[in-house]
Amino acid sequence: MSKARLMQGNEACAEGAIAAGVNFFAGYPITPSTEIAETMAKLLPQHGGKFVQMEDEIASMGAILGASLAGAKVMDATSGPGFSLKQELIGFAACAEIPCVLVDVQRVGPSTGQPTSPSQADVMQARWGTHGDHPMIALAPWSVRETFDVTVEAVNLAERFRTPVILLMDEVVGHLREKVELPEHVEVYPRRQPKKTRAEGYEPYTPDEDLVPNVADFGRGYHIHVTGLIHDETGFPSGSPQVTKDSIERLHEKIARAEDEIVRTESYFMDDAEYAIIAYGGASRTAYEAVARARAKGQKVGLLRLITIWPFADKAVKELAAKVKGLLVAELNYGQAVHEVRRAAEGQCPVHFCGKYDMHTYEPQEIEAAIDAMLAGGEI
Amino acid sequence: MERSYEKYFRQNRLPHLWCPGCGNGIAMKAIVQAIEKKPGFTQDNTVIVSGIGCSSRASGYMDFDTLHTAHGRAIPFATGIKLARPDLNVVVITGDGDCTAIGGNHFIHGCRRNVDLTVVLFNNNIYGMTGGQASPMTPLGKKATTAPYGSVDRPFDACHLAEAAGATYVARSTAYHVPHLVKMIEDGLDNKGFSFIEALVQCPTAFGRRNKMGSPANMMMWMRDNAVMKAAWDKLPADKKTGEKFPIGCFYNESAMDYDAAYDQVIARAEEAAK
Repeated sequence: MSKARLMQGNEACAEGAIAAGVNFFAGYPITPSTEIAETMAKLLPQHGGKFVQMEDEIASMGAILGASLAGAKVMDATSGPGFSLKQELIGFAACAEIPCVLVDVQRVGPSTGQPTSPSQADVMQARWGTHGDHPMIALAPWSVRETFDVTVEAVNLAERFRTPVILLMDEVVGHLREKVELPEHVEVYPRRQPKKTRAEGYEPYTPDEDLVPNVADFGRGYHIHVTGLIHDETGFPSGSPQVTKDSIERLHEKIARAEDEIVRTESYFMDDAEYAIIAYGGASRTAYEAVARARAKGQKVGLLRLITIWPFADKAVKELAAKVKGLLVAELNYGQAVHEVRRAAEGQCPVHFCGKYDMHTYEPQEIEAAIDAMLAGGEI
Repeated sequence: MERSYEKYFRQNRLPHLWCPGCGNGIAMKAIVQAIEKKPGFTQDNTVIVSGIGCSSRASGYMDFDTLHTAHGRAIPFATGIKLARPDLNVVVITGDGDCTAIGGNHFIHGCRRNVDLTVVLFNNNIYGMTGGQASPMTPLGKKATTAPYGSVDRPFDACHLAEAAGATYVARSTAYHVPHLVKMIEDGLDNKGFSFIEALVQCPTAFGRRNKMGSPANMMMWMRDNAVMKAAWDKLPADKKTGEKFPIGCFYNESAMDYDAAYDQVIARAEEAAK
């Protein structure tokens, strides 16, 4: 029987990972993500899994990719500086199609920045941090309980699409403590399995109907080759322009064709809204309060909360932009998702921005003031 | 002569891309010859992991589950494989640049952690794939495209480094001393823990030619003339350990608990604590 527990966002992330079947975690200490590694170090061996503290951020990413290829469900967690170091192997995971979840509990940057202060300034790095063309899935929870759910979702998406998934947390949610009741059972996406034997001509990178390949785990007798070089369906490197083009297109298309299933948003106070706030993660908690106060004042304002950050919620934003007189993006950075909102809004309404990057999360009155300014048609 | 080792190669991926006269093929063959002698190592239960560089293209030719990782990162990937599947044998193929430059931190910590891996470093003294730049194992004074006046960077002795960092088996051999090289790798496969074997290989194209070391055969004769078996090396007076002479053989072998066995104790203690 489940019962309510007081829990931190970072702990909920670890609990969600274990519930989703993660049985291997490699990490390196970094604020404000460390509690995830600490919780995994404590809980994983109790569940027969393994935790290893590696020598650096790159090694921990390498270790989870090796473990994933050997059949484990894997996760690693970090913050900004470590996220930068892991980018090389995030690309390896995208190219070689290795399921893995990387948590980035964002902090103020650039560089060492402000290690214990909240930020949401890795939105673009999550999308474009590793070199070359690649798809990306990134999710941002706004509460402790949702951190659990979204971690489960991240693990399942990684397995289903054989792709790296970024859990884009922030210090607000990571260090937040809330009373939660965790579910006893969650839906778990199992590791994809080969549908042919070697004798039947199995090729590890031949895509299934959903364009995702059923790459055999190591140690199953398939003798597969995995490389970060562009490869054909056999898994071996190819110097062919056609193979290169097809390969890059398939990596994108396997995610793009499932976008409607992957991309999740939630709307609040939207029924008769004439204006809307767009926010995500920790900042959306304050945005919700600001919108609730605006409603109490009679202002017709709603909130669109992004849960999936990448792929971006183009459709939801476009539809919203067609309905409202103005959009206001509230995010804890100098302006990142706002560019995506402007692109997706296609000029149907003005898109305003109230970013914040001073080590503190929003006070509701700051967003209220921005709402007032938007409604008055003035400067925000 | 029966070539029983051929079954260990993916015939459809050959010929290899290495230059004529390269020593990498000799070292790669030595690995499978060592594996062939170990009943516990089969093509189904052994994974070959490599980094980036000339050496690391070997994995693609070897008929096992194989993983060609990113530059310098073979040991972390191999660590993950071994911890996730302790029943698999994991052999790492790396090069002097891959292992001791960009992968240097992973190398020393792999040694320290004593995960049951067998790491074979193909030391060609140079970055071959990129055309002959100096590596941390380019000998002092030798020329490279990035050291056109001779290298002034003091080189690593990778065997000393491995031993100091905690590897439980450390050995060196050369592409000239093939039966010896096979034996050194065999003993490394036997060691339950982190085993490190440096295999000196000739790179006639990017190292030998620039340093006027002659043909590939001349480079191998240089190995013959300068490598000294450890037992003889240990008896040499200090004033004879000069010039280009270097020792080969097993330098270190200790029995210590490997990481998997140690982690089994962690699991036992964690399960006890959870009761």
